[in-house]
Amino acid sequence: MAAGSVTAGRKAAASPRPGSLARKEAMWGYLFAAAPLLGFLIFGLIPIVMSLLLAFAKWDMFRDPRWAGFTNFARVSHDPIVLQSFVNTLVFFIGVPIGMALSLLLALALNRKIRGINWYRAIYYLPSVSSIVAVSLLWQWIFNPEKGLLNMYLLKVGIAGPEWLQNPLWVKPALILMGIWGGLGPNMILFLAGLQGVPQSLYEAASIDGATARQQFWHVTWPMLTPTTFFISIMGAIGAMQYFGQIYIMTQGGPEHASTSYMFYLWQQAFTYYRMGYASALAWVLGVIIILITVCQFQLAKRWVYYESN
Amino acid sequence: MANRYESQRRRTAFWNVITHILMLAGSVLMVAPFVWMFSTSLKTEGNIFTPTPEWLPRQTFYFYQPAGGAKVKIEQPLVDNDHGRSQIRLPGAADLQWAPASSVVRETRLAPAWENYTEVIRSVPFFQGVRNTLFITLTALIGGLFTTSLSAYAFAKLRFPGRDTLFFALLGTMMIPGVVTMLPTFILFRQAGWINTFYPLIIPALFGGAWGIFLMRQHFKTIPDELEDAARIDGCNPFMTYSRVVMPLSRPTLATLAIFGFMGGWNDFMGPLIYLNDPDKFTLQLLLASFSSYYSTKTNLLMAGSVMSLIPVLILFFAAQRYFVQGITLTGMKG
Repeated sequence: MAAGSVTAGRKAAASPRPGSLARKEAMWGYLFAAAPLLGFLIFGLIPIVMSLLLAFAKWDMFRDPRWAGFTNFARVSHDPIVLQSFVNTLVFFIGVPIGMALSLLLALALNRKIRGINWYRAIYYLPSVSSIVAVSLLWQWIFNPEKGLLNMYLLKVGIAGPEWLQNPLWVKPALILMGIWGGLGPNMILFLAGLQGVPQSLYEAASIDGATARQQFWHVTWPMLTPTTFFISIMGAIGAMQYFGQIYIMTQGGPEHASTSYMFYLWQQAFTYYRMGYASALAWVLGVIIILITVCQFQLAKRWVYYESN
Repeated sequence: MANRYESQRRRTAFWNVITHILMLAGSVLMVAPFVWMFSTSLKTEGNIFTPTPEWLPRQTFYFYQPAGGAKVKIEQPLVDNDHGRSQIRLPGAADLQWAPASSVVRETRLAPAWENYTEVIRSVPFFQGVRNTLFITLTALIGGLFTTSLSAYAFAKLRFPGRDTLFFALLGTMMIPGVVTMLPTFILFRQAGWINTFYPLIIPALFGGAWGIFLMRQHFKTIPDELEDAARIDGCNPFMTYSRVVMPLSRPTLATLAIFGFMGGWNDFMGPLIYLNDPDKFTLQLLLASFSSYYSTKTNLLMAGSVMSLIPVLILFFAAQRYFVQGITLTGMKG
């Protein structure tokens, strides 16, 4: 800001009509920035206010909305399926650290500067560019109880595979497996970028001090990677809460709500049963949870994330 | 000393080989599902269900070949093992006839059923879906990139009161979970009578996105002010400076944003699911998902449709890998 006003002052002095140029520039500035600011108003502020009002109303989109006080929120707290979807989300979240560990291993491998690094990167990233619809249809077929690829191979080693997506016990492990397969690529690229940002001099210093490879990892690599780990874990937690497309296509939340994610349940309430008020209350609960997770993780991060500048 | 160097080199080579073996094994696991998708898409309906994994789309053909005669292709015959004969129907013949088992030849060979692809195109409005998707994605993308870069330029280079406050307010919108605004936005578009039109999928994007504005602003800040001063002295107004000086210098960042925008639009599922009802208006993803509920047993056709929906993004991905890596890394830096 200070630098800005200094240059503005220099310009004003050079200009024959001080202020007029600056005013013109400001006009251009507001004009250029108008669209996103207007968008923020229409698709940000107004919907937030509407959503807050809706959360305290009962509305099926056909009759007039009625004021409902806190009943929607009371219902959220008593709804057994909401509770179940939270538990499901927590279970889905198990996949996040497993996936992170695997992608870190992959990134460490690629950081050895072996040949073909671009090929490996492309291959592991492939599922992430593929659409959720195509990938879900594919895995639905792989998880087919009788003729799916997975159970055919399990049978070859003498295991009778479960009815993955139709079994309340196995549907979550199945979805977690698919999620790990899909998430390896981007996390690997993030970790690799993190690894490449570790100054070589730190390793040199460590090896002069006689640190073994393992010590170098835990005392140099890992602390330097914590910002990346932190970022991936936040995005993973938020993503797990909003799991939708896969559930919609593969299981419709079943069997017995065993794979109902919070987002899927919200969608059902809104677009299958037209309970807009209740769905808005659900949305606010999720929204607040997402913000809380983010804030908590930022707080926790102070303890274990190492930023180079500190 | 030389000896120690040699052993170090050998150890590195050894671990490189181990790394390659592990990475290759992982690659096989990553790619196998896609290969299975492609292979299933080329099987006939009768050949999808096999007792053991069949990776190649093979088909069994039957031929009738009397001693010294020509080979004629026939349908699958009824075999009568007790009498060593088969009941066959010769092409063009109305009746079945008996033939000695030795004259019926069975051949299993690689025979991809490419007709699955034409069947998908015939049974769903596939190209209509492609057109719809392209229209929505490209309009939203081009319009969005224009407003995003224009405002990012203002936030990076132009001086106006409240600039930084407005910018950080805009960045703050990234913190608002999309789930909170989803329903009211739906209701607004419904009030406007825009359900079952493309507007809800295009118009919000035209106002620009906070993530893109952030990235573009970061990039614009690296462009030296002298360039723009020179342009201004030459009589350029800020829009001309933006379009003729700054934008041509920003192709890599624009490409990164464009590629992620295209991917997002092409693969979007929830948006079209909420707003589109009419199969003629469906995007490719929605078409594929609805196709799956009608033809749940025709896995080969489902996989053929999936393969076709993946081809454009895969081509784009391999052609522009560099920008992908850059984009992901830039996103990561926010954290």
